[in-house]
Amino acid sequence: MRAADALCEALKAEGVEHVFGIPGGANLPTYDAIYDAEFTHIQARHEQGAGHAAEGYAKASGRVGVAFATSGPGATNLVTAITDAMLDSVPTVFITGQVRTDLIGTDGFQEADVTGITLPIVKHSFLVTDPRQIPEYIHAAFHIASTGRPGPVLVDVPQDLSRADIEYEPAEGRPNLPGYKPPTEGNIKQIRLAAKALANAQRPVVYAGGGIVNADASAELIEFATSDKLPVTLTVMGLGAFPAPHDQWLGMLGMHGTRTANYAMDNADLILAIGARFDDRITGKLSEFAPRAKFVHVDIDPAEISKNVPAHIPIVGDARDVLAKLTREYRALKADSARLDDWWKQIRAWQAEYPLGYEDSSDSEIKPQFMIEAMYEATEGEAIITSDVGQHQMWAAQYYHFSRPRQWINSGGLGTMGFGLPAAIGAKVARPDDTVVCLAGDGSLVMVCQEFATAAVHDIPVKVFLMNNGHFGMVRQWQELFWDGRYSSVEMGDSPDWVKLAEAFGWTGMRCADKRQLKDAMRATLDAEGPALLDVQVSKTENCFPMIPAGAAARDMVG
Amino acid sequence: MEAGTPELVKLEDLEASRALTGRKHVLSLLVENKPGVLARIAGLFSRRGFNIDTLAVGPTDDPDVSRITLTLDGAVHPIDQVTKQLHKLVNVLKIRDMEPDQTISREMALFRVQAAVDGRAEIMHFAEIFRAKIVDVSRRTLTIEVTGSNDKIDAFERMVRPHGLIEMARTGEVAIARSRPDQ
Repeated sequence: MRAADALCEALKAEGVEHVFGIPGGANLPTYDAIYDAEFTHIQARHEQGAGHAAEGYAKASGRVGVAFATSGPGATNLVTAITDAMLDSVPTVFITGQVRTDLIGTDGFQEADVTGITLPIVKHSFLVTDPRQIPEYIHAAFHIASTGRPGPVLVDVPQDLSRADIEYEPAEGRPNLPGYKPPTEGNIKQIRLAAKALANAQRPVVYAGGGIVNADASAELIEFATSDKLPVTLTVMGLGAFPAPHDQWLGMLGMHGTRTANYAMDNADLILAIGARFDDRITGKLSEFAPRAKFVHVDIDPAEISKNVPAHIPIVGDARDVLAKLTREYRALKADSARLDDWWKQIRAWQAEYPLGYEDSSDSEIKPQFMIEAMYEATEGEAIITSDVGQHQMWAAQYYHFSRPRQWINSGGLGTMGFGLPAAIGAKVARPDDTVVCLAGDGSLVMVCQEFATAAVHDIPVKVFLMNNGHFGMVRQWQELFWDGRYSSVEMGDSPDWVKLAEAFGWTGMRCADKRQLKDAMRATLDAEGPALLDVQVSKTENCFPMIPAGAAARDMVG
Repeated sequence: MEAGTPELVKLEDLEASRALTGRKHVLSLLVENKPGVLARIAGLFSRRGFNIDTLAVGPTDDPDVSRITLTLDGAVHPIDQVTKQLHKLVNVLKIRDMEPDQTISREMALFRVQAAVDGRAEIMHFAEIFRAKIVDVSRRTLTIEVTGSNDKIDAFERMVRPHGLIEMARTGEVAIARSRPDQ
C-alpha cells in the first residue's frame, strides 16, 4: 500500500471523521490519498485557520483535532495554532508535508525545519525517516496527544516517503513508547491527607481550571464541592466546568475575575487547586498571592506541581479519578459544615458589596457588557461560545454564565487574536446540532477573515457576533490606565465595512447600533440561513473591570 | 499519621518542600538513541532558563540507548522542576539524580601548558602528584591528560595556570552509581 494511503487508514483506525487543512507541493501524495479517504476534509483558507479549527473541534468534542499543511510556509503558518494548543493542552495532531529526503538540508524550495521550529511548542513530534513509520507515528501521535496532559503532536512527512510502497497492517494495542508513561490514578495516601486537611480548613476555596474539562470531571467536581459547602472558583479555561448559576460559585478568578473570588483566594486558609496551573493572570504578584493559604495541588502533569506556587499536598493524577476518591474520603470524615458558616458570611458580604456591574447607557448606546447580557438572553444561555483574546473575551467570561463544560472555547494561555472564528468552524463541525457563536473582537476577526470563505463554501452555519469598538480594546485600556493615555496605534478606524465583507464571502451580514434593537438583531442573526454576522457597534472606550493591575496583588483590585 | 485514622491534619503542620537544594547535582539520563533527542533536551534547558554546567553524551551497553550526564547548580535551579520537565520528553527513558556519596563520577581533561626547559620539571612533578599523564610533548609545551573528580581537575588547573595555560579541553562529568557491598 502507498504510505500516504496507509496514513489515511491509520487516521480512519483512530476514528477520525473530520480533518482541516490546505494542500501544497510537499503533501500532494497525502492529498491524493485524502481524495479517496472516508473522513471529511475541510479546506481552510490559511493554515492558521485550519489549526485553530482543529483546536475548536477538539475543545468542543474532547476528540483529537487534526490539521494538515504542506512544507515550509504552510507548516510555519501552523505555528501559532500549535503553540495555542500547547498552552491550552488541546489534543491535536498536525501533519505537515516535508520536502523530499534528498532535499532536506539543502534549503530546497519550500523547505523549513518544521520539526526544529516547533520543538519548544509541541508535546512531541516525529520526523518520518522511513515510510513504514508513517502509520506507526500516526498512532503514536494520537496516543500522546490524547492521554496524560493533552497537547499537540506534529508528524512531518517527507514527500518521497509518503509515495513509497509499504506493507500496512492495522496497529494493535498501544504504541511502543517506553519513555511515555502518563500518570492516571492519584496516590490514595495523598488524597486522604488532603481530605483530612480540608476537614480542618475554616476558609477553603476550590480553584479549578481547564484540567477539569480535559478530564471530563465536571460532574465529579460538582459532586465534590457539594459534598460540603465548598466555595468554587474557576480559571478562564475552566468556565462551565462548574455551573455559573450555582449557589457555591464565586465567579472567575484572576486579573478580570470577581472581587469575591480574588478576595476569597487572598483570605483562604486552604486552596484546592485542581487542573489549574497558577498562571500569572491568576496569581498576580506571586509573593503576595494567597498569603494565608496552604495548597493542595492536583494535576496530571507533575511538572505543574510546585512550578509557580509550592504545594503542601501534591497529588499527581487524573482530575476525575482524584476527585471521585477525594469525595469518598472526605465524606467518610463527616466534617462539620457549620465550621464554614463564618467563611460564607464573609463571602456573601463580598458578593453583596462587589457585584459585577457596569454603568449602562441611558440612550441607544450599546455597552459591551450589555451586549454579552443580550447574547446570553438571545441564545438562552445554551450556545457554544468561542472568542478571541481581549476585552470581549473577559466580558464574556464575566457576563455569559456558562453552565456546562465545552460550552466556552477560547484562547486562554497563548491569548491568540483570531482564534475565535476558525475555532467556531471547528466546533460547529464537531457539534452540528449546537448553536455555535463566535463572539469576536474587531481587531481579532480581521486577522482571520479569510475563514469566512471556509464556512461559506463548506456550509458551516456559524454565527459571528462582532463586538466592534474600532480599537484594539484591551491594549487601548492599558494605554489609558498605565501609559498616561498615550494612545499608540490602537485605533482602527472604520475599515472594513463588516456587513459588506460578510456578504462578499457569501454570508448574511447585519448591523446594529441601537441597544433597543439588539436582541431582535441577534435573534435574526441566529435564525438566518447559513453563516451570519452581526456587526454590533458598541461603546468605543469602555474599560473592562474589575482588574488586578499586572504585577499587583488580589487585594489591590481596581474598578 | 496513619491512613484512615479519624484525626484531622492541622493546616499549620503542613509544609511545602523546598525548591532549592543548594548543592551541585549530577543527573544521569538514559535516552532513546534517536535523532534530535539532544536538541530536545538542550531546547528544554534554554527555554526554561536552566543553565547546564557540564554535559556529556555517549553510548551505553544498549545500542538503542544513550546516556546523558549533566551537572547543574541546585542553588540556582529547582532540581525537582528540572527533572519533572525532563521526564515529559517522550524520548527520555530514565532520570537519576545521583546521590553524591553513592556515586562515582569522573571527568577527563587535556591541558596544553607552556613548558620551557626551566619550568618543565615542576610541571612534570605536578602531573605525577595528580597521577596525570603526559600525552604530547614539543620543544616548548607539554600536553597533559588528567582524570578525576571535577574538583581535582579544577585543582590541577590552578597549579599549571601560572606556568602559562595555552589551551584546555574538559569532557564534563560522567557518573555511575556505586555498587552495594553485597552486589
